[in-house]
Amino acid sequence: MRSSRFLIGFLLVALVIAGGLSHFASPEPDGLDSVTLNGCTVTETAEGEQLDGTCIAQNAGEHQLAGGPLADYAVDGRDGTTGLAGVIGVLVTVLVAGLVFWALSRTRGRGVRSGGG
Amino acid sequence: MHVAMHMSDGLVNAPTALGFGLVAILGLTVAAYQARADLGERTAPMAGLVTAFVFAVQMINFPILPGASGHLLGGALVAILVGPWVGSLCIAIVLVVQALLFADGGLTALGTNIVNMAFVGVFAGYAVARAMRPLARRSRAGLLTTSFVAALVNTVAAALAFVVEYAIGGAGGAGLGTVFALMVGLHVLIGIGEGVITAATVGAVAAARPDLVYLLREPARMVGTTSEGVAP
Repeated sequence: MRSSRFLIGFLLVALVIAGGLSHFASPEPDGLDSVTLNGCTVTETAEGEQLDGTCIAQNAGEHQLAGGPLADYAVDGRDGTTGLAGVIGVLVTVLVAGLVFWALSRTRGRGVRSGGG
Repeated sequence: MHVAMHMSDGLVNAPTALGFGLVAILGLTVAAYQARADLGERTAPMAGLVTAFVFAVQMINFPILPGASGHLLGGALVAILVGPWVGSLCIAIVLVVQALLFADGGLTALGTNIVNMAFVGVFAGYAVARAMRPLARRSRAGLLTTSFVAALVNTVAAALAFVVEYAIGGAGGAGLGTVFALMVGLHVLIGIGEGVITAATVGAVAAARPDLVYLLREPARMVGTTSEGVAP
């Protein structure tokens, strides 16, 4: 398979996963969250989650960027926008990573004269 | 819905967070230096896409027990596809994007998250994959088995790294023994899911473009590979 076709296919798969499949992701806490919440009961309140009991998560601070436009994988905190947030995330990630790796690959030959400098 | 996948601020004390932040910066500097040898015309774009792919798949929490889920960390996946140094940078970029854009993973916890997933997870997975490389090159089943085992070990190793950080400077709220037992138990289960996703992904890339799989390439500096053929 040609490189460009393979890479575009790879990107499309990532976009479908983040944009579509993310809708079906489990809302339950992940492994680390489960451990930090162990010992507490979680109650959803208007101000957020209320933790009763004793658990590690009680020490967790609110994220400094919790008010950001894509916080918690939603656009402006709206329900049903996880897929859109995911698509934006994939595009931003591929852009940032592409730039970082392109820049690093450019510095590879440093110290070795290559024509055209 | 509350979606968070990584360590928040405050789970370990400030000196511990700072210390691991410095370790992360040192590690990233070394990784950036080492990664240059593995980044070429074909592999640099591949590394960018692998990073975006890990971001996407990390969003997919799969159920493991009633009330608990897991998601890919991606350490073994990136190590097998783009090598450990480039792979560490891939995971670190994902973690930075998640922390800055999606408020997932605390800013002061970024050092611990990078150490756990971008270094401990990636290199644990790579060590396993490297040890199993003869098997991985022998057949497709060997490659899938290697990917599965490397991914399982990567997940548990990253979980253990959190336990170490908690032991060093944990904020409290649970005993160390409990944290150890729960982290390992849950992450063995998550590691099985990570193994399946990693094997499926590596298998798909190897079927289409085996030359883009780092583990299957023949780095010139490796020894003991004189006349062995590459499995078709």
